[in-house]
Amino acid sequence: MKALVAVKRVIDYNVKVRVKTDESGVEKDNVKMSINPFDEIAIEEAVRLKEKNILDEVVVVSIGDNSVKETIRSALAIGGDRGIHVMANIDLEPLGVAKILAEFCKREQVDVAFLGKQAIDDDFNQTGQKLAALLNWPQATFASRVIIKEKKALVTREVDGGLETLEANLPVVITSDLRLNEPRYASLPNIMKAKKKEILEVSADELNIDYKPRLKIVKVSSPKERGGNVTMLPDVEELIKTLREKEGLI
Amino acid sequence: MRCLLILELENGKPSRSSLATVTASKKLAEDIDILILDTEVNDDVLNSIDAENVYHFSASPKNLLAEEIVKILETLSIKYDFILSPSGTFSKNFMPRLAANLDKQMISDVTNIHDKNTFDRPIYAGNAIATIRSDEKIKLITIRSTAFEPYSNENSNKNAKLISLNLPEEAKFNKFVSKEESKSERPELSSARIVVSGGRGIGSTENFKIVESLADKLGAAVGASRAAVDAGYISNDYQVGQTGKVVAPELYIAIGISGAIQHLAGMKDSKVIVAINKDEDAPIFQVADYGLVGDLFSTIPEITKLI
Repeated sequence: MKALVAVKRVIDYNVKVRVKTDESGVEKDNVKMSINPFDEIAIEEAVRLKEKNILDEVVVVSIGDNSVKETIRSALAIGGDRGIHVMANIDLEPLGVAKILAEFCKREQVDVAFLGKQAIDDDFNQTGQKLAALLNWPQATFASRVIIKEKKALVTREVDGGLETLEANLPVVITSDLRLNEPRYASLPNIMKAKKKEILEVSADELNIDYKPRLKIVKVSSPKERGGNVTMLPDVEELIKTLREKEGLI
Repeated sequence: MRCLLILELENGKPSRSSLATVTASKKLAEDIDILILDTEVNDDVLNSIDAENVYHFSASPKNLLAEEIVKILETLSIKYDFILSPSGTFSKNFMPRLAANLDKQMISDVTNIHDKNTFDRPIYAGNAIATIRSDEKIKLITIRSTAFEPYSNENSNKNAKLISLNLPEEAKFNKFVSKEESKSERPELSSARIVVSGGRGIGSTENFKIVESLADKLGAAVGASRAAVDAGYISNDYQVGQTGKVVAPELYIAIGISGAIQHLAGMKDSKVIVAINKDEDAPIFQVADYGLVGDLFSTIPEITKLI
């Protein structure tokens, strides 16, 4: 069985994001970039299934300019077998990404597509669901546990108010939530090995897919800053009095 | 302009987030139709939302899958300019699937409506706000409910037309197996009026009881920072922040939380923030309205005792 894992290059989650002064976007120059944390969980899960001999091959796909090769390499260092770099010089939206991924799910005839539940830059949380729709495959989103056997995936999902378990036939799209696993640190030998793994480069324009963004970004601004006005209270009595009498909250 | 709103019920009544979505829908369309993915439609529902038509099921559906919901919505959607639903794991599961079938780029987590084509939505976990314009013929939007007041109108249209729908055909390639509801007497974290959260400063799973006791006294939900979750003091369902839940309660009490960017992103829209920390330089005090510097192991039990 074969899995496709989609990974996105995003600003590292520890970086304080700054909005550009001309409000055209956020500052990305000289900012640390990393693999989207949810995608890192997705690749880890696929690699674990390969280590259990449930999957035979794990193919990593990313879309973007040349810099995403580095992101693919970091997924290969976790244990992906080979990469596909879809070259595109614009920022894509979930619909465009899903269309391109659907093409490669078909070409590669994969049994499982693993994605992170959302990218921490645009925060859309859409691509996996859209991919499942375009392929007419079942979907199991926000997964916290995945068991694959006998051409079925038993997936526990994190939903508001609890957990839900589904049993989907393969092929299936699975999106990872935070609790699915804790990704390993790639070892130095594995990082070196990843440098020798194959990455196929394909131009997005040659795919004959309409991946152009549909939404126009009017501007990107800083959120209203709060605070700077903290009132320090001397003791517990004063705190309770303030919350009770002044704010009427308790 | 016509809008179809997917309404979620809580104990037979529209949820707070659904009512906030109704408020948002009124800014976009004159005619609002409602789809309830349930059979029971009581007067509370009909009377509270000023709807023209209310779609509901002829029989009670059991654990609908995204694939099945999309089947119903695909045919209904074509008549509308807007499809709206409250943002949450329920709608985030089916709305993008519907959008792809309609070949539309959906807009998640709208926090502000400028006009019928222009919307604000948080990106980078709220560290930036994107103002975007969509010219899609059908706009699929999920509404961040903390950004809108719940709708109420005493003179609302009480004569909505009820339209009964057949249950969708069961999906053949996916099936529901089981559901485990979180066993908690406490309110749901994302909709609670008060949230009491603990951070790394709590120090252990055992010590988290201090946070829980205060929460129980206040009828509050319990939250945690990622540092507390990573340290294993409490499970991930409680995480407030960029990779956890985004909350905006009336009162947020942060205990032993330093105030990492990742945490602030999940709670900075709370109305009143109280920070209790032994380190007076902790960044959490920069976003708090009220601060108390002190040892949480003595202050928190004291607060619990006195309120």
